[in-house]
Amino acid sequence: MNEKTTARGTVVGIDVGGTFTDLLLVEQASGKVRVAKVPTTVDNQSYGVVAALEKTGVPIADIDLIVHGTTTTTNAVLERRLARTGMITTAGFRDVIELGRRTRPQPYGMTGVFVPVIPRNLRLEVAERLEASGAVRVPLDEDGVRAAVRQLLDAGCESLVIHFLHSYANPAHELRAAEIARSVWPNEHVTTGHSLLSEAREFERGVTAAVNASVQPILKRYVSRLADELRDRGYSRDFLVMNGNGGMISARFVADEAAKTVMSGPASGVMAAAYTARRAGMPNVVTYDMGGTSTDVALIRNAQPSVSNEIEIEYAMPIHVPMVDVHTVGAGGGSIARVDEAGLIRVGPESAGATPGPICYGRGGTQPTISDANLVLGRLNPRKLLAVDSPVSVEAVTGIFADRIGRPAGLDGVAAAGAVLRLGNLKMAGAIRMVSVAKGHDPRDFALFAFGGAGPLHACALARELSIPRVLVPARPGITNALGCVVADLRHDFVRTVNRPVASLDEDHVAAILRQQAEDGRSLIDKEAIQPDSLRFVHSADMQFVGQTHLINVPLPGPSIGRDALQELFDKAYYARFKVSLPEIRANLVNLNTSVIGVRPEIDLSTLIDPAGREETLEAALLEMRPVWFDGQWIDTPVYAREKLPLDAAITGPAILEQLDATTVIEPGDRATGDHEGNIIIEVGR
Amino acid sequence: MTVLDAITLSVIEAGLQQVCDEMDLAFSRSAFSPIIAEANDRSDGIYSAEDGSLIAQGVGGLPVFVGVMQYSTRTIIEMIAGGRCLPPEEGDVYIVNDPYLGGTHLMDVRFAMPVFRDGRIFCWMSNTGHWPDIGGAVPGGFSASATAVEQEGLRLPPVKLFKKGVLDPEIYAIITSNIRIAEQRIGDIKAQAAALHVGQMRLFEMLDRYGDETVINAIAELRNRAASQMRSKIASMADGTYSGIAYVDSDGVVDEPLEIRLAITKQGETLTFDFAGSSPPCIGPMNSVLATTHSSVYLAMRHIFPDVPISAGAFEPLVIRRPEGTFLDAHYPRPVSGCAAEVSQRIAEAVFSAMVKALPDKVTAAPAGSSGNFSLGGFDPVRNRPFVLYQLSGGGYGGNVDHDGLCNGCSTIGISKSPPVEIMEQGYPILYNHYRLREGSGGAGKHRGGMGLDYEIELLRGDARASFVMDHGRFGPPGALGGEDGAVNTVTVFRDGGAHVPKHLSKEQDIAMTAGDRVRVGTPGGGGYGEPFARAAETVLDDVRLGYYTAVQARSLFGVAIDGDQVDAAETASQRRR
Repeated sequence: MNEKTTARGTVVGIDVGGTFTDLLLVEQASGKVRVAKVPTTVDNQSYGVVAALEKTGVPIADIDLIVHGTTTTTNAVLERRLARTGMITTAGFRDVIELGRRTRPQPYGMTGVFVPVIPRNLRLEVAERLEASGAVRVPLDEDGVRAAVRQLLDAGCESLVIHFLHSYANPAHELRAAEIARSVWPNEHVTTGHSLLSEAREFERGVTAAVNASVQPILKRYVSRLADELRDRGYSRDFLVMNGNGGMISARFVADEAAKTVMSGPASGVMAAAYTARRAGMPNVVTYDMGGTSTDVALIRNAQPSVSNEIEIEYAMPIHVPMVDVHTVGAGGGSIARVDEAGLIRVGPESAGATPGPICYGRGGTQPTISDANLVLGRLNPRKLLAVDSPVSVEAVTGIFADRIGRPAGLDGVAAAGAVLRLGNLKMAGAIRMVSVAKGHDPRDFALFAFGGAGPLHACALARELSIPRVLVPARPGITNALGCVVADLRHDFVRTVNRPVASLDEDHVAAILRQQAEDGRSLIDKEAIQPDSLRFVHSADMQFVGQTHLINVPLPGPSIGRDALQELFDKAYYARFKVSLPEIRANLVNLNTSVIGVRPEIDLSTLIDPAGREETLEAALLEMRPVWFDGQWIDTPVYAREKLPLDAAITGPAILEQLDATTVIEPGDRATGDHEGNIIIEVGR
Repeated sequence: MTVLDAITLSVIEAGLQQVCDEMDLAFSRSAFSPIIAEANDRSDGIYSAEDGSLIAQGVGGLPVFVGVMQYSTRTIIEMIAGGRCLPPEEGDVYIVNDPYLGGTHLMDVRFAMPVFRDGRIFCWMSNTGHWPDIGGAVPGGFSASATAVEQEGLRLPPVKLFKKGVLDPEIYAIITSNIRIAEQRIGDIKAQAAALHVGQMRLFEMLDRYGDETVINAIAELRNRAASQMRSKIASMADGTYSGIAYVDSDGVVDEPLEIRLAITKQGETLTFDFAGSSPPCIGPMNSVLATTHSSVYLAMRHIFPDVPISAGAFEPLVIRRPEGTFLDAHYPRPVSGCAAEVSQRIAEAVFSAMVKALPDKVTAAPAGSSGNFSLGGFDPVRNRPFVLYQLSGGGYGGNVDHDGLCNGCSTIGISKSPPVEIMEQGYPILYNHYRLREGSGGAGKHRGGMGLDYEIELLRGDARASFVMDHGRFGPPGALGGEDGAVNTVTVFRDGGAHVPKHLSKEQDIAMTAGDRVRVGTPGGGGYGEPFARAAETVLDDVRLGYYTAVQARSLFGVAIDGDQVDAAETASQRRR
């Protein structure tokens, strides 16, 4: 049995991204910080993880806690490199996960491809049927289950899903079928539909279970391989894995609900943002993580990222478990610019991706992208691009802009790049608005939290476009996900469907449900190897007007709440969102939710950039003056080394801050100041 | 007029689009009607002050509304000019659902709001939402056998529902006295109007930033550019006339097919759509009004060229000859409740079948192309209340140059999700005996059609009446370039110990059912694309492994002989020499 640790010693966060594996090590006693960045080892991420650990120079055995964010399951799903998985369903319903909800990938265009997570020949039916009430209509054919299990084993299945209609109302048949299966199944990979998501909607529940089962063996193998690697190097403690809900969970349990890790990378970034922004006194932020092919956006209010149970990670691939509500916008540094038949400049939705990538990375890309525009306009330093195969000159890239964009649009190469940048920003701002402030929030109450390699390049322009008054660029924007691992809490989320009009609610029943959820969370956290500082309980209700289908989430002050107070909270939240009040119609309480959070000790962020490396004056941090294109003209712009800036630096734009893996652009009229945690806060000029 | 640079133009284009997308979002998320909230059966747009022509429309709007609101907005502008409508004031919102005044069917209710700048109308904002009921003989409004529009529900000419921002209680009372489940309509009405106000607020921000004059100039220039973009798409086709034919099974009253004859003539940079020779107006509700016929052509063209923006400019090079004297240009009092759901999809199918000959790498074989509307109204003795349920379903898509068709895709004119079986069983006294892929239904081809859906619903208690408004029961969705047709739609009602098949195959109203009776529906498969014998034998083997086709079908449809779990190459070669 592992001894409980309070994790006040040396904590390491490791995040595996598409290109790099990032590590952040914090020695809490001394405040010392180490950072490592190594290439991701795609086939087995654990090599990269170990390489990053070794690069710190700190003996692995001396580390008190390792928290790990992995894209193992994300990649498995997106690339369909899944474990061979079988599914047993109610007779007549084996096609549910293939039929979907009769949609198509795009509103226009009658084409598209969809491959179900589990192929049809591995989906078998057995006689059994429950009614919507949970009453048994057809008893479970137990021999049928045995035969189906045998058939799937013979077909080489490693993992199994049991998915019956209305199991959320009565799980008895699923439980019994699972019991039968487990008696012969050679491993622990048996998933029942109701266990991850106990809600009606057979397609969503079935896909969630199918994804879970299909990635479970893969995650299990990965985690145990990494545990072995770490043990060989003297780390014998439990390590923790980030979950998509922004909390972390012991590697021992993580594979049980493997589907929850599918969005863990973006979630850890959002948790780091919430943590950093709260400490900087900005509880309301829109996070903006721009990568090569896509951009992740999330909304944080009162330092709490919103959590959604309805995330769809690609077309017809819903994963309905509570996860940090991160929206992926299909625009990134690799978004391709072109001129269409109407002579208008378009940016995206096509992307050059990682390969061939933007022209400037020299991996064979020939089409101008947003990253290339940043290079042409002097915003990116060609000498400091990471992961370049064979360098391409700025002149050559400018020439391509002149050819592809400039000539048809009547612009020179530089102006063409400027146009691409402006339109790219506009498109991104529109997409960000739709998933954040368009949901009834006043942008003036928010800050834009920019991270990822490319986020700080665009943040000031986007904030201006979105009417968000300030931008927060953290000390180390390129390793935000790893920071999320270091600062994340333990977390468990519970959802219970009630579905009753508020007027007829039993207040004691509501309180009992919320208290039970809190208790369940407490006991799960008790099983973990680390001891949180304190427990926090966050209650909320999903509500609607009677007759509606969409829900809005209403935070609750505590488990005891009266009907009138509930109605009032809902009315206020609804008005804030839609500017509509409907006294004519009653409110409905659909779900009661509780998140139980095991709060970890606060970590001081002020040493993320080594204080010893900071200069006394701004001038001393100046790297060079270089011409940068702003709003139609070249301006001789100071370029500073971010790590050398005085902690309280005050900079008036235009200026550029360069650091290892991120570049921050401060536009003319913007004013940036450093804070005591090493963040840069930029007040955006109008 | 100042010359606008390409950047400003693109910026304003994106801004106008954003305004419409935000209206769509606000409307859906706050609506009560699940048809709007879940199925997105709604659309929002910006229309010109002069003639109502379309400036921009949300991309998430239901495709069948592409361009429709420019006709209703134009009508309102004309009626105001002619003194037949009260003149607009700030804060007014007009309501209209009259199909003959630029509409679709009665359930699609339009709001139109004049947007004032400096005391003058700058533009109109308009949206459409499909209301769950609008009165009339059949709950929900989809009649299979109405013979006049009065039987289909309440018809509203343009009237001010909001006067200077205040809801008119008298007009509201008239509406709610004439429709079913009226108590929730106040929520939808407020949501629909609030979406327009969201749009106005965002538009004003844009005008304040760029200047009214600049935006007006940009709108004019964008219109020209959209037209030239569509022209250049057209120019890539070879000159000539391409014909397409599509059939509606029947009008629901007279058991004879209705024929859509379409000749598309491409000359230079213009496409002319001529429906001459199509069937005359029909007795039953399968007539289309002119606005719907136009929007059906537009939506089909947008499926073919999804990157051309939706604006009046894009429609300019598409010349649609008025199909006078046909069922595609119905006048009062012809019933029209089938126009938006079914006839529109047959029009789109005629466009696809003509255009696939001209652009075989851009157009698919015919999709299932039916909304699959099944409604069941009855009384639940346990809950002691009446109920009306709708089951809309998808079907197979047509194969295309690169891929097989999707299985169970939604209607050509829709983008909506179908309801989960569990939710339906919670809400109504029914049980699904199965809900599965309809094996073998995809039309054979080098790239086969997608599979349709096969479901069976049993009535658990009480009595009820079943109605069907579907199509493709007589002829399956046609294959293209040598591909086979998809399977036809089938409807069977099992009752009194026998099997009842509707006389009109895909349409019938008020079939009496009692507890234990069952409805079984097979939706159409998509048309196949290319010669079936050109499909790789190993791919056919996969189809058989997955149960999409039987080994017997593999031989008869694709000429592939399967022996055990292997392709018999010699026998296949011999079969395919036939």
